[in-house]
Amino acid sequence: MQNRSAGKTVKRRGIRSLSDPKVVPYVFVAPFIVFFLFVYMYPLIMTVIMSFQQIDGPNHHQFIGLKNYQKLNTRDFQMALQTSGRYALWDVIVLTIVPLLIACILHSGLAKGSGFFKSLFFIPSLTSIIVAGIVFRLAFGTLETATMNRLMTAMGFQPVKWLSYAGPGNFVLILLTLWRWNGVNIVYYLSGLQSIPTDYYEAAQIDGASALQKFFHVTLPCIRPVLIYVITITVLGGFSMFTESVALWQQNNAGGVGRTIVGYMYMVGFKKNNLGLASAVGLTLLVLVVAVNLVQLVLMGFFRKEE
Amino acid sequence: MASNKIDRKKRTVLSVLATALMILVAVFAMVPFAFMFMSSLKPGTEMMRYGLTLRFDPGISSFDNYTALNTYRDGVYWHWYKSSAIIMIMQTGIGLFFGSLVGYGLAMYQFKGRNLIFTLVLVVMMLPFEILLLPMYQMMIRIKMMNTYFGVVIPYLVPPFMIFFFRQYCLGIPRELMEAGRIDGCSDYGIFWRIMVPILIPAFGAMTILSCMNSWNNLLWPMIILQSETKHTIPIGMGTTITPYGNAYDVLMPGAVMAVVPIVVIYLFAQKTFITGLTAGSVKG
Repeated sequence: MQNRSAGKTVKRRGIRSLSDPKVVPYVFVAPFIVFFLFVYMYPLIMTVIMSFQQIDGPNHHQFIGLKNYQKLNTRDFQMALQTSGRYALWDVIVLTIVPLLIACILHSGLAKGSGFFKSLFFIPSLTSIIVAGIVFRLAFGTLETATMNRLMTAMGFQPVKWLSYAGPGNFVLILLTLWRWNGVNIVYYLSGLQSIPTDYYEAAQIDGASALQKFFHVTLPCIRPVLIYVITITVLGGFSMFTESVALWQQNNAGGVGRTIVGYMYMVGFKKNNLGLASAVGLTLLVLVVAVNLVQLVLMGFFRKEE
Repeated sequence: MASNKIDRKKRTVLSVLATALMILVAVFAMVPFAFMFMSSLKPGTEMMRYGLTLRFDPGISSFDNYTALNTYRDGVYWHWYKSSAIIMIMQTGIGLFFGSLVGYGLAMYQFKGRNLIFTLVLVVMMLPFEILLLPMYQMMIRIKMMNTYFGVVIPYLVPPFMIFFFRQYCLGIPRELMEAGRIDGCSDYGIFWRIMVPILIPAFGAMTILSCMNSWNNLLWPMIILQSETKHTIPIGMGTTITPYGNAYDVLMPGAVMAVVPIVVIYLFAQKTFITGLTAGSVKG
């Protein structure tokens, strides 16, 4: 970096020094360094500072200590925490297991037309959640004539007000998420499965291992890096979910059903213009995501030294 | 021999079961599209009365709703479309350029601070970007980027997931190619452009689709930056057609179909490159 700025003053030397073998790698990674400082470092520091401030207008910042954090002790925020927490839990469970099973079946070649299915399963991931969410929102409508409620009555159940309560609402959210992200995770898992040498399975076969034993003792340990990656991004996506909830409820959901942590942050920061409080919400989210992911990474043995 | 026969029988049964299960998953993946398309052909009043149905009714079905997109609020839908397309192209083009550059640099060179930078990339990938929105928003006001397309693209100029992916992909490229290029008198940048970029094409294919997906679907940040109605993207705009006072179904459904079509077409053309590219540059831990 030093060589680069020196190069600007003496132009001819600058050109020569940009192709200096010692400088070249830094030129390649320079975009990220600049980007990191302005798009991550600076805003992160600002968020921390702002969370201790009362902000009325661009030039009226006033330090108020921990007051913003004390204000988090409201029913609205607790509900948002619960919504995001419940969603993240089911998100991790459903979106690590279901795509893994499907990827294993596709990889085994047992099903006919695996290549066709591979391409097809990815298509929902290409659509906008807002756009696709409209279908889910209408299908799980409150009215008895809504598609799902008709199905329920046809099967002899009572119609459900799907989107009016936290439990059923979460179910629809997870279904929408599964529909939309299933294909992406399948592709991740397939990439892991393809890198497992076939002789591992042959060796297991000779030892007389059953299909289940092969799965738990060969497949799972071999795809651990992919598994860790999928769980980590799912935890992140789960806690910071916003779009799916907007797709089902818009922003004016009665009683805050379906409002997530980010949804709450958006409401407080941009609708009510309380940037200080919103920053405190943001940092709470950060701590939550980092903490859960650290626990998860330790449990998955990410920091364990390879034998 | 006998056990072999049983095995084969067992395998056939398993194969039928597996295929049936895959068909079930395929139906789950496709049904929402069917609902979308069938509803887009019917008048909105029909939707209000019966909800979403898969029934095809030749008496009332037509493509009228699609032509109605041109007149709805003075054709605002196509403005949304244009916004989404411009942002998608900018974000993907710039992201691919910088992402490949940095990923390549991290994979192919040994230099001081390399591990630190790669660690930062990983850390940044695990941060919820949403928490940086508020200061970014203030920054955008200060540098006068509000209500501009470039303002929407700024947080995605050097996407960490692309850096990560290109790095993984480049690790599989033999270093000898670099040496060969040097012997032929190529500069390091020449080697990147003339030798590496062609090799990286599957990676570019995979990342193009992922980036287009992210951009086409992005809601929160564009919603903060783009304030005038004609600059809204499709997700923001479609959201505004659902209101507490009634939903504009006539626009909603054909609008949804039209929003899905282009990206699916891109995918169908590029899917082979995409799947191989994505799986080759896999997460190798």
